Amino acid sequence: MKRETIIQNIKIRSGKDLLDFQDKSKNRIYFTVNKTILPQIAKYLFNDANARFSTASGVDTRKAVEILYHFAVDDIGLFISLRVILEKPNLEIDSLLGLFKCAEWIEMEMHEMLGVNFKGHEDPKHLLLKDDWPKGNYPLRRD
Amino acid sequence: MSLRLKALTKSIWVYHMSTGSCNNCDIEIIDMLTPRFDAERFGITLVGSVRHADAILVTGSLNLKAVPRIKQVYEQAAKPCVIIAIGTCSCGQGIFKNGPNCPNPVDSILPVDIYIPGCPPKPEAMIAGIVKLIEKLNGKK
Amino acid sequence: MARKIIPIGPYHPLQEEPEFFRLHVDGETVVDIDIELGYNHRLVEKISESKNFDQVAFMVERICGICSTSHPFAYVNAIDDLLGVKPPERALYIRTAIAELERIHSHLLWLGLAGHFLGYNTVWMWAWRYREPVLDIFERVTGNRQNYGMMKPGGARRDMLEEDFPWIKKTLKDLIPKLDMFKGAIMDDPVIRMRTEGVGVLTKEDARDYGLVGPTARASGVNIDIRRDDPYAAYDKVEWQVCTHEGGDVFSKAVVRILELYQSINIVIQCLDKMPKGPIDSGIKDIPPGEGIGRHEAPRGEVVHYIMADGGNSPARHKIRAPSFMNVASNKKAVIGETISDATIILAAVDPCYCCTERMAVVDYKTGKKMMDGQDLIKLSQEKTEKIKNKLGR
Repeated sequence: MKRETIIQNIKIRSGKDLLDFQDKSKNRIYFTVNKTILPQIAKYLFNDANARFSTASGVDTRKAVEILYHFAVDDIGLFISLRVILEKPNLEIDSLLGLFKCAEWIEMEMHEMLGVNFKGHEDPKHLLLKDDWPKGNYPLRRD
Repeated sequence: MSLRLKALTKSIWVYHMSTGSCNNCDIEIIDMLTPRFDAERFGITLVGSVRHADAILVTGSLNLKAVPRIKQVYEQAAKPCVIIAIGTCSCGQGIFKNGPNCPNPVDSILPVDIYIPGCPPKPEAMIAGIVKLIEKLNGKK
Repeated sequence: MARKIIPIGPYHPLQEEPEFFRLHVDGETVVDIDIELGYNHRLVEKISESKNFDQVAFMVERICGICSTSHPFAYVNAIDDLLGVKPPERALYIRTAIAELERIHSHLLWLGLAGHFLGYNTVWMWAWRYREPVLDIFERVTGNRQNYGMMKPGGARRDMLEEDFPWIKKTLKDLIPKLDMFKGAIMDDPVIRMRTEGVGVLTKEDARDYGLVGPTARASGVNIDIRRDDPYAAYDKVEWQVCTHEGGDVFSKAVVRILELYQSINIVIQCLDKMPKGPIDSGIKDIPPGEGIGRHEAPRGEVVHYIMADGGNSPARHKIRAPSFMNVASNKKAVIGETISDATIILAAVDPCYCCTERMAVVDYKTGKKMMDGQDLIKLSQEKTEKIKNKLGR
């Protein structure tokens, strides 16, 4: 699928939930969307655009926690990053586990590092940190 | 020096334990066995169980998750058992010094007998270190 | 289920620690697998925020020993992406050559481990013996056998000397007949084929579902390779091919890695031949606020580094995603339904960062009691090969 087609389709499907679009370079584009529309865009990318879920990165920007979901459209070398901003203290978003299994571990990691809750991902145990790591102590949070 | 300790210096059986390393040291340890370095000609062999070990080769910067296990392994080792810290990480945490998951160095919970620094130390350096240890145990300078 | 302490194989890191892979078996068949991580977790992402951009390149090398230059490569790609500048040409060729040399040593390492698990200790010794010349090249060029310190934001840290090139090329060309021997040994040996064909199969659908990358994905017929799909450094300036295979089993994974060895030698030689003269460092001073994403095709697959800079001296956020993070999870699919004697080779086939593979244990499905440890599993695998050899009268 062509680069421009994918961009258009994401814009159309996001509608008013599209907050920002950055065409940074040939292979790097960023969309900022409302968290409610994320599962739909992820579904479009995975099912229709044949994109591969590469990873997700969360960052504490003090006022909020931003999560970037990174998808790779390998046949055209495009790397799409979907940004959602979760305002504190409401750090909750739908899990993508229903779409692809590779969401499991990365959501567990973001949960234990940043304290984000993924609705639909049953109580995730610690992936990387030891089990008796102090509760509520999220290593990558800044507050 | 006790008879047992003297006996172990004839053919030192080593057990390898990683406390959370990047594995470079671990691979160089196994490299010691490969044809070029062939540590077995010095009587150094890797064993699969710490109960058979005369020496424990420790690598890694002591990950918090690993601490209780390390202590348990050391308790299981038949004494006397010398501890050899291999690599900069086990000598003093190295570049991971300020990490929240590795707050203490290896020698805070294990009595290290010899430190072999390097990132990773070459197999020749490790063999030289082990030989130095054997000489020390034998009372030589 | 109570945590059990398991003794582990000869060259395994930790003894007595909760298993990395806990296999639940019913009779001879694996019915479930628990995968536990975190024993090597040093929170590098957090430490990165306290190091300056130059120091980060050294630190990420030590995330994993085997793909030691892959992480710095993805990291410097992220910085290049953030700045929107390309490093000097010579630096790009140097980066490529070092990365491909690493691929050679890494795949040979895997070949040795796979040989050991299957009971072919000669393969193990020979593969690691032929790894040594590659490590010698590293030592001559970079000063160290592992942890090279060659990647620098904005270029390469050290130059490669023209006078070394003839010797490097000769060392690599001398490796080719040895690779032919390995290829023959693996592709033509009926015992190895029986042990690896149809074992631990991952389909194309599994590859998508688990987000598989690298040789693990290419062995399932998924034609992806960051070096070709999202080119960087000198990969689009040299001739080479992506290697895939259709089986999805352990055999296919071995074939892909062996074919890649030939390609890597080819790429390094071309880099040395085509390397332009010139500076190797673009002299970056400050990193302005922004975001950058760098990817690299490590020996195990796609490495992704995401950097967020806020104008200071250190990254504000550094996200690292290693290829094994995606590939190891697929063991849930690959090993369930298989026999315990095949377990070690299946778990090793995705080439996880070495420390992960061998912490294994086998637990009885019904009682939860531990039956075997990693060493037993490796022995079982080696015994199976012996039985097959005897049956075939070899």
